[in-house]
Amino acid sequence: MFAYIIRRLLYAIPILIGVNLITFLLFFMVNTPDDMARAQLGAKQVTPELIQSWKVKRGYDKPLFINIQADGTLATLTQTLFVQESLKLFAFEFGASDAGRDIGSDIKQRMWPSLELALPTFIIALITNISLALLLVLFRGSALDTSMMVIAVMIMSISGLFYIIAGQVVFSKLWHWVPISGFETGWGGIKFIILPVLLGVFAGLGAGVRWYRSIFLEQINQDYVRTARAKGLSELKVLFGHVLRNGMLPILTGVVVVIPTLFMGSLIMESFFGIPGLGSYTIDAINSQDFAIVKAMVFLGAVLYIIGLILTDISYTLFDPRVKLS
Amino acid sequence: MKLTFLWTDIMVWLLVFSLIAWGWVVLRSPQVRKQWQLIFQSAIAISCAIVLLTYLFFALLDSVHMRFAVEPDKTAQASTQTPPNETQYQGEMVSLLDLLFSHRIKQTERTYSAPFATHEHGKSIVVDDQSGLSKQEYLPLKYATTDLKNGKSHSFDIFQKSFAALLIGLMISILIIASHIKWRSHLQHRCFNTQLQHIWQGKTLLPWRTAYSTLLVIIVIFTWLYYLSYSYHVLGTDKVGGDVLYHSLKSIRTGVLIGILTTLVMLPVAIMLGISAGLFGGWIDDIIQYLYTTLNSIPGVLLIAAAVLVMQVTMDNNPQWFETTQERSDLRLVFLIMILGITSWTGLCRLLRAETLKISQVEFVTAAKAFGVSKFAIIRRHIMPNLMHIILISVVLDFSGLVLAEAVLSYVGVGVDPTTHSWGNMINQARLEMAREPMVWWSLFSAFIFMFVLVLAANLFSDRIQTVLDPRNNT
Repeated sequence: MFAYIIRRLLYAIPILIGVNLITFLLFFMVNTPDDMARAQLGAKQVTPELIQSWKVKRGYDKPLFINIQADGTLATLTQTLFVQESLKLFAFEFGASDAGRDIGSDIKQRMWPSLELALPTFIIALITNISLALLLVLFRGSALDTSMMVIAVMIMSISGLFYIIAGQVVFSKLWHWVPISGFETGWGGIKFIILPVLLGVFAGLGAGVRWYRSIFLEQINQDYVRTARAKGLSELKVLFGHVLRNGMLPILTGVVVVIPTLFMGSLIMESFFGIPGLGSYTIDAINSQDFAIVKAMVFLGAVLYIIGLILTDISYTLFDPRVKLS
Repeated sequence: MKLTFLWTDIMVWLLVFSLIAWGWVVLRSPQVRKQWQLIFQSAIAISCAIVLLTYLFFALLDSVHMRFAVEPDKTAQASTQTPPNETQYQGEMVSLLDLLFSHRIKQTERTYSAPFATHEHGKSIVVDDQSGLSKQEYLPLKYATTDLKNGKSHSFDIFQKSFAALLIGLMISILIIASHIKWRSHLQHRCFNTQLQHIWQGKTLLPWRTAYSTLLVIIVIFTWLYYLSYSYHVLGTDKVGGDVLYHSLKSIRTGVLIGILTTLVMLPVAIMLGISAGLFGGWIDDIIQYLYTTLNSIPGVLLIAAAVLVMQVTMDNNPQWFETTQERSDLRLVFLIMILGITSWTGLCRLLRAETLKISQVEFVTAAKAFGVSKFAIIRRHIMPNLMHIILISVVLDFSGLVLAEAVLSYVGVGVDPTTHSWGNMINQARLEMAREPMVWWSLFSAFIFMFVLVLAANLFSDRIQTVLDPRNNT
């Protein structure tokens, strides 16, 4: 088991290098630091001196890969943009944002509000979707099933933005049930969280129920289900004891991978509801064209996703007796 | 007048023509013909297809751009001796849709007004000339309804015009439907009346009755909207007094283009890499797998955001790439489509690789290999036909996702240019409008309806395609 995890971790390294190269390519080669400086300073009163000082201040004044001016053999390779700006990401040293703040401590601070919103959404959505899907499978082919599937397609066809705007208008502006936006730590903050969580669950309901339903329906036509029925098991027992248990495997693939990325938060939810998490952090960075933050978030997102992949593989070995570690 | 082509115009027409050519080639195979017949045998599928075609029609109408000659100024011409055969063209491009709605482009109001309103939405301060007192009142709109003066009530006027529009709409649709029935009856060597009877009783193979009723409803609705747009702002006006109906119709092009052109960019890459990974194996497979795992591990929105940010800066630093603001926003749309294409080929590629791997193990492919058939011939004859259903399903599934993604991306600030008409931009503005007192709901409502119908139709249609084409469902 241990060796397996180590091997999976080693396999992640080339992928992370690839991600690193992509961000480097995007942020330093397609777009040179000169371009960034020009965009940040505003196109009108840019002088070469201003650009130079902007670059020096942020350490962007180094060459891309090889520094000929530096003395010493090692410094030729380390005093470069690639090493200083890109490879340091591997040590989770994100450096300072273009506005001068420390990205690492910002991320540490903003990760928890994101999680506070994303985790309840994730858990409630998982439970609701699976139970609704099981209900529909139990009554498959009935009028309930058909009408719920039609509703599911309709829920799917509406942009998430509409749910948020409509939810804010109805529940906050007209009915004054919850405050429109804001954030507070501790139990007092629940009034801020509840609306975005419910909206998030509802917006994902259509696609979720359809996906779980198709997974369960695939199981229900299998031979072992027929055998279980032939044994005289009740439909409910078949459903929970056999269909749900065997459906867990495809569900795991889709679900476990998401868990680490919950830290990243939701871009639109957080910015609509004023939650100081990583999602709104990213949006603010995009709007102020802060390349250092976007670069850090891209890398962080990829790391979390890869962790999710590894967790998926490990959970497979735990839940599926057929998978042997080899 | 001369025709001008934006980049996206060229792309979309290219796509349409290649689709027609592809359809013409593919439909010669009786098997494929039967499959498509099966798809359209569902009443929902056929009406969804008609809705989708309507959207495509508007997108194409909006993709024919032209420039008009500047009207020669007589006094200027007399003084400056310009050669008469050289015509000057206006800087602004106009599409066919703009021509249809030219009355609503020129006639902008001052600010917000509700659908069918005759007065502005908010009160403004008016200073009375005689007494010098200022008071707040609702100002009348400049371009709403001209003939209310002779004693007709507002609602009666709307009713009367709606009735006229209904009649015109019915006439147009009956004309179209009748000519189609005539054509079909001619094809099937039946007389017109029997054909009509068959359709009326629902005896035809394809559910033409539903198709015709959908068409009828669509045509009647659009005639109504268009007819009334001459005397009212049917869906209200926005902050600067622009007509919301016109904005929503212009947004169709952006949504549809992002939906279909992204596929155009993505498909060749996904197909080529997917097939070569599955077929050649070895180090080629390793590299391609590494490529898509890496791209896939970056969260989609972040990768798109990063690429768009970079693209913005590049465009700001290269102003020589475009001449007008229209060309600028068009170029941005092209880049956005490319970025979406680059980030979205991975899923399809993975599916195609797995399927190719499966097919290349099957006996007929092994036999072909043993006979020394070239790789290219194997791909063309054995692999591509067996991958078609996966490609088709994923294209139609992606379409609705991309239309929805446009809205989110525009909200995040990495979508289309702020000057481009798009549902995302409309929603973005509407967000602030909902906070106003009294609420301005119609922009959001229009964007919602137009988007919802498109995405719903696409989703239902893709469901049908999936049930028919997916071999797992045929067991």
